Amino acid sequence: MTIRTATHLSIRNLDVWYGGQHALKDINADIPRHQITTIVGPSGCGKTTLLKSLNRLSELNTQVNVSGQVLLDGIDIYDPAVDVTEVRTRIGLLAQKPCPLPMSIYDNIAYGPRIHGQKNGKMDDVVRTHLQDVELWDEVKHRLKAPATGLSVGQQQRLCLARALAVRPEVLLCDESTSALDPISARAVERLLDRLKENYTVVMVTHDLAQARRLADYVLFIWLGEVVEQGPARHVFNQPREPRTRAYLAGEIG
Amino acid sequence: MMNRRQRRHLEERFFKGVMRLSLFLALGVLGLIIVTVTQKGIGSLSWSMLTKSSEGGFYLGKEGGILNAIVGSLYLAAGATALALVLGLPVVFYLHAYIGKSSLANAVRLAFDVLWGIPSIVYGAFGFILMLMIGMRASLLGGIITLALVELPILVRTMDEVMRMIPHELTESTYALGTTRLELAGILLRQTLPGLVTAVLLAFGRGIGDAAAVLFTAGYTDNMPDSLMRPVASLPLAIFFQLSTPFPEVQARAYASALVLTILILVISLLARLSLRALGRHVIR
Ligand SMILES: Nc1ncnc2c1ncn2[C@@H]1O[C@H](COP(=O)(O)OP(=O)(O)OP(=O)(O)O)[C@@H](O)[C@H]1O
Ligand SMILES: [Mg+2]
Repeated sequence: MTIRTATHLSIRNLDVWYGGQHALKDINADIPRHQITTIVGPSGCGKTTLLKSLNRLSELNTQVNVSGQVLLDGIDIYDPAVDVTEVRTRIGLLAQKPCPLPMSIYDNIAYGPRIHGQKNGKMDDVVRTHLQDVELWDEVKHRLKAPATGLSVGQQQRLCLARALAVRPEVLLCDESTSALDPISARAVERLLDRLKENYTVVMVTHDLAQARRLADYVLFIWLGEVVEQGPARHVFNQPREPRTRAYLAGEIG
Repeated sequence: MMNRRQRRHLEERFFKGVMRLSLFLALGVLGLIIVTVTQKGIGSLSWSMLTKSSEGGFYLGKEGGILNAIVGSLYLAAGATALALVLGLPVVFYLHAYIGKSSLANAVRLAFDVLWGIPSIVYGAFGFILMLMIGMRASLLGGIITLALVELPILVRTMDEVMRMIPHELTESTYALGTTRLELAGILLRQTLPGLVTAVLLAFGRGIGDAAAVLFTAGYTDNMPDSLMRPVASLPLAIFFQLSTPFPEVQARAYASALVLTILILVISLLARLSLRALGRHVIR
């Protein structure tokens, strides 16, 4: 049974080790539903590690050990009875570096819906809508059958976003997803994320504090593998309680 | 006195020259081989040579052809490549799916590198001894098994390198769409297919051109291959036997046979190139 509460993802006592290295220490956080949560912190503090622990991508690395719970609507995604493909279908990820699938632009979008059982009949519509959503349609509508690798990095990133959305996840994890983009594409992606939160819960990692201020509803500040401060964006950004948060926001660390 | 910028410029030009020279030498040797083989062999290359088998006395200068050797070589190389694939694919998958970057995996890689370097006459002798032990005679099957052993390290190591080139991000972003392991394997196959095909071709090329491994194990015959358990002719040995006769016209036939082998390999490579272009259209780099 799922319970729809204000909290969509709940992280409980999460610890992650890379071999002997303790990368995340006792993380506890409640990710609010249909809002944008940003994870900020200095380089190497564990942001990517946290993000990948939220849809069990971290376990692809055999060195990684995870303990604790991540509850998606109250159900622990690490429960052995839970199907990992379902977890990753419901919680999508947009990586830092875009990586198209080795197929055409069209098939990149259609792949996810196809493996999840969508019939080919309405596929043209699915592909068009998602490409329009990421403002890529006009640029690629004449070459849908061309290899996706022929796109620029910024276009590839928008393609990967459209591909992730075509799977219809509930939660979208974004790892510095605009850092490889030019300012115009970056703003396009920002606008989209802002629109998406009506229907999706977004968790994004960013190094761009201005971007975090523009988009964030909720903020997690991580430092050396620990959550130092978390709360609604206006509190964390305007009246940070912790000296380390203040120093980070002032650009003194990171 | 030269300034720094001029010196670096000169260095650049010098090394570019050296590289061009090496390239020229390599291509020159290849060209020379093709020209020699063509010059000496084209005169004896006839339609009947390609369409008839040796039928006794061909190596003494009588009528006949090398069809038995052409077909024999194709059977040997195709059989060996298929067998090497059957033996090699599980090794490659095991390396990647289970032992990955462990020291065991590296030991396996080292072992195959050593196997790659062993001369094929050693495989031939090994295969021969093995066949003696089980009472098997020189045959198509014996040749296929021995050639498969020659091809196996090439196939395994080349495919292994192809798999190692798969970007980690591709695996990750595919899994992030909620794919199963099998669906992931499908995506990775699309990504690696051109490389895997190249590996198969390398192995096939090595197999079809090898004389030493089939000398004792496949034997030789003037007849067309008709059974797995009977001896079979092969192009490299046909060339070898014709060259070792004292008759100039038979030696010329050796060059004609070499020309046939070269053209065969050339055609196969070209076909592969063409298919690779289609297969490799979407590959992520
Ligand atoms: N595959 C790995 N193997 C071993 N250690 C790792 C691995 N990935 C990350 N780490 C370590 O875990 C810690 C957290 O890394 P992580 O990539 O999560 O940081 P990050 O906050 O995303 O950094 P950045 O902002 O630079 O992307 C770092 O100390 C890093 O060295
Ligand atoms: Mg990171």
